[in-house]
Amino acid sequence: MNIYVLMKRTFDTEEKITIAGGQINEEGAEFIINPYDEYAIEEAIQVRDEHGGEVTVISVGNEEAEKQLRTALAMGADKAVLINTEDDVENGDQFTTAKILAEYLKDKDADLILGGNVAIDGGSGQVGPRVAELLGISYVTTITNLEISGDTATVVRDVEGDSETIETKLPLLVTAQQGLNEPRYPSLPGIMKAKKKPLEELELDDLDLDEDDVEAKTKTIEIYLPPKKEAGKVLEGELADQVKELVNLLHTEAKVV
Amino acid sequence: MARKVLVLGEVRDGSLRNVSFEAVAAAKTSSEGGEVVGVLVGESVSGLGAELIQYGADRVVAVEDEKLKQYTSDGFSQALLAVIEAEKPEGIIFGHTALGKDLSPKIAAKLGSGLISDATGLEVSGGNLVFTRPIYSGKAFEKKIVTDGIVFATIRPNNIAPLEKDEARSGDVSTLSVEIKDLRSIVKEVVRKASEGVDLSEAKVIIAGGRGVKSAEGFEPLKELANVLNGAVGASRGACDADYCDYSLQIGQTGKVVTPDLYIACGISGAIQHLAGMSNSKVIVAINKDPEANIFNVADYGIVGDLFEVVPMLTEEFKKLLVNA
Repeated sequence: MNIYVLMKRTFDTEEKITIAGGQINEEGAEFIINPYDEYAIEEAIQVRDEHGGEVTVISVGNEEAEKQLRTALAMGADKAVLINTEDDVENGDQFTTAKILAEYLKDKDADLILGGNVAIDGGSGQVGPRVAELLGISYVTTITNLEISGDTATVVRDVEGDSETIETKLPLLVTAQQGLNEPRYPSLPGIMKAKKKPLEELELDDLDLDEDDVEAKTKTIEIYLPPKKEAGKVLEGELADQVKELVNLLHTEAKVV
Repeated sequence: MARKVLVLGEVRDGSLRNVSFEAVAAAKTSSEGGEVVGVLVGESVSGLGAELIQYGADRVVAVEDEKLKQYTSDGFSQALLAVIEAEKPEGIIFGHTALGKDLSPKIAAKLGSGLISDATGLEVSGGNLVFTRPIYSGKAFEKKIVTDGIVFATIRPNNIAPLEKDEARSGDVSTLSVEIKDLRSIVKEVVRKASEGVDLSEAKVIIAGGRGVKSAEGFEPLKELANVLNGAVGASRGACDADYCDYSLQIGQTGKVVTPDLYIACGISGAIQHLAGMSNSKVIVAINKDPEANIFNVADYGIVGDLFEVVPMLTEEFKKLLVNA
């Protein structure tokens, strides 16, 4: 089976966010594979191990993303592709990324494409469905289980806590929800092997795209931090009195009950 | 600039979701005096059109077909694309719900448009529709505009106030006939896990438990408090990882981002990933045995104590209050 995973390099969830020069400050920050994309990589490896084939992990970004692609290879992916847009794209959006990914994937005969359901930085969750639409294949988002038999896929999807079982056909794009699996840590032999696995680097030119083809359809005009939340009132006295006071404060001062 | 703006009215269990009334309000602002057209898609939904109008839509177009009884991206996109073709709107607003998140990127991609997801606010500024949305799960915010194509946006539940319902308001509810074909996916089964209680993403009150809840049974007092306040139960990653509850309840940087009026954190230490998911709640109450717990740094009110003592007492006090109210 010909399996592709869409992967994004994101800020570590532990990172505090600061702003410098109107932009999110990346100086000194730790980066990781977007946590939802980790589920996608794990699932891709499991599907390959069961059905055979090859897993290729793709990322659109700059050369820094090589590190996360190597991690994906160390987990067990077979190949990696970095589409380096550093010189060509200044302010891309989800349209931009989806267009580039779809252009790369259009002649690859993918049977299955996996991604995270959302990236924890931009948080839009658009790229997966956009890529599927551009490729003309079906998609299922926020999946918690995937079973493939022949060209039929049975997928369980999380719908705001309910679970929906969907039957559909390959080729298919799915986006991973938490609970899909337990992503493995790269093993030491895995890390050694990853160094020798192919990591291809492409630019827009290689995909016959120019900057105008991928120009963003949206524009960010301001980035700011939310007002800092001040520590409030820790109540004192007998527990029973604290509880009475709290209920009273919520009712009369905060007026939320 | 007056715009024609469509709003997808989302139907669940035969009723319109509250977020759809919020979306009508967002569409009204976006329209700058232009027309707001509600869109209903389903097997038999046109009867709900009047209510969308009472909340501010000028008229409603319904697409009805038995193949639209359950949501599929293929079916709903065919219906909505037909409405877009007929109406030629300048903007479309969805709720940022499972359905809105799944459907809107497909249609925006098909039409080559920009889409602003998960907006928590919008304003008209210098002729542009400027949307506010959280990034890094609420650790920062951005203001964003669509520069090309139809303005697509999904709005986060609970952030944009709906307009007041006006029972006297009336308008035209029409149906558009669309041939729905080639559904590539079939919904075989829906298992309701979230059926007990209120939906987490739309809840006005959330009672959340962390590792301090200690077991699945430990969530019972939280559920009782949630029932009394007509709220929903949520959890931290710690509680989910420890198998005290389902991952669908997880609030945080992975998991759901929520903004209820009242968030009561019980036995939650307040890791940065959890705070990202809830710190924009209007009022936060922390209950924790550890006075040094980080959660107290974002809480409006805190009680240092054992949640198994405090929560049942709170439930009783609220019962008294609500009986008298």
